Amino acid sequence: MIALFNTLKKFLLATGAVSEFAARYFREVFFPPYEFKELLKQCFLIGNKSFALVGTTGLIMGIVITLQTRPTLVEFGAVAWMPSMIGIAIVREIGPVVTALICAGKIGSGIGAELASMKVTEQIDAMEVSGTNPFKYLVITRVTATTLMVPVLAVLSDLISLSGSALVELMKGGVSFELYFSRVFEYLQFGDLLPSFIKTFFFGFAIGIVGCYKGYTSTKGTEGVGRTANEAVVISSMLVFILDFIAVLVSDIFYEL
Amino acid sequence: MSSDKPIGINYQEPPVILIEDLHKAFGSNRVLRGFNLKLWAGENLAVMGKSGSGKSVLIKCIIGLMPIDQGRLIVLQRDISETRHHELDLLRTQVGFQFQGSALYDSMTVRENLEFPLRRHLERKIPEPEINSLVHEALEAVGLLYSIDMLPAELSGGMKKRIALARTLIMRPKIILYDEPTSGLDPVTAKEISQLIIEVQQRYNTAAIIITHDLACARIASNRMIILNDGVNYAESSYDELAKMKDTVVQAFFE
Repeated sequence: MIALFNTLKKFLLATGAVSEFAARYFREVFFPPYEFKELLKQCFLIGNKSFALVGTTGLIMGIVITLQTRPTLVEFGAVAWMPSMIGIAIVREIGPVVTALICAGKIGSGIGAELASMKVTEQIDAMEVSGTNPFKYLVITRVTATTLMVPVLAVLSDLISLSGSALVELMKGGVSFELYFSRVFEYLQFGDLLPSFIKTFFFGFAIGIVGCYKGYTSTKGTEGVGRTANEAVVISSMLVFILDFIAVLVSDIFYEL
Repeated sequence: MSSDKPIGINYQEPPVILIEDLHKAFGSNRVLRGFNLKLWAGENLAVMGKSGSGKSVLIKCIIGLMPIDQGRLIVLQRDISETRHHELDLLRTQVGFQFQGSALYDSMTVRENLEFPLRRHLERKIPEPEINSLVHEALEAVGLLYSIDMLPAELSGGMKKRIALARTLIMRPKIILYDEPTSGLDPVTAKEISQLIIEVQQRYNTAAIIITHDLACARIASNRMIILNDGVNYAESSYDELAKMKDTVVQAFFE
């Protein structure tokens, strides 16, 4: 019972600390000095260096889902529904979540390890004595960059996934790319696109804030760097699922209206 | 005081750092318990003490990286505990800090590491040719101009210490705080760094607090020494005078 109480207490304290860290982000993000140059650099690093991984995963995902689903749809004579079904599945759910999970693994761990390493080697203190607010320079730029770039990566991943699916349909069913995409967009509505796009901003923010929080507050020396990277991935991946659950519940309310 | 030390110490003006009755604790661990210090312009002062005795905490309090619990801490006639953040940033342009592990930014080249404080600290925009010449001058002062486009990962421990010193010097500070400047170095490189500290003092007329375990460094680089023991300044004198003392605590550092 005491152990359970202590675990609960620890969890609440950690949640409070992350919330305070996130509140500091919102307190400081709108006020100068603005670190535009560093923000652009981080956007480039996050977007450019993750695109190959996200794109490859998206392509494989589109191909695999189509290959797995096709025999069943053929059996029921519903193969014509393939583009719309895959389109809705990828755009509404699979694309954003898988992209966010990949980003949590690649970007979240990278940010956590980088900041923890800077903390251990006193680079963050060095930055402060060099007249720079390290929170603005390191945290705000990285969190803003992940918040902006994860949606971009998710949209690109969706398009690549659908292209992979279209490729399978072209090879197996002789359906042209033009016809495939016209069928996809025939059934995709604004109500499908908007919630899934909005939730990717929350995914990006969660990945950035968790990675930065874990790295910026790391205190366990060099051993802590690896642990920080690991914790950043685990916590941000879990947050992606929790946020997705909330997003689906909220958007479901709007669908019923 | 050793006779070969530079005679540029100014006792006429107020001390550049004045510490009175400084207290600092971490929970129940009282690290500093009424520490006092006066650093005069142009003077190099070595602070020696056992591991965990609060030497690094002391200089982090001086630069404002850690708040003090009690006492007075005056740096260049400004009370650190009453200084606002913006004023503290301005004060830090005149107080250089050399970190124990050098703290060079891994993702930046040597040139970018040196440019960073110049671009960030100064409110006026410095023309690019002036930045370039300041970087070259600082690197020449530490004898590492050839490393200008290298990354920190390509540098040895001694080179990193020199580059970190160049990054400190580029702001032309009046005071330099050295945190274990020779730790992790072989005796030959450690001696070179100690001599470099003296060269910097002579060339730029800086005052310095040198936190060190290295007796040879303290002997070469300092004009005066303080033994920090149990959170207070236990003994204070020149290297030669301290070496002659019969006190067991002091002698423990010299044996």
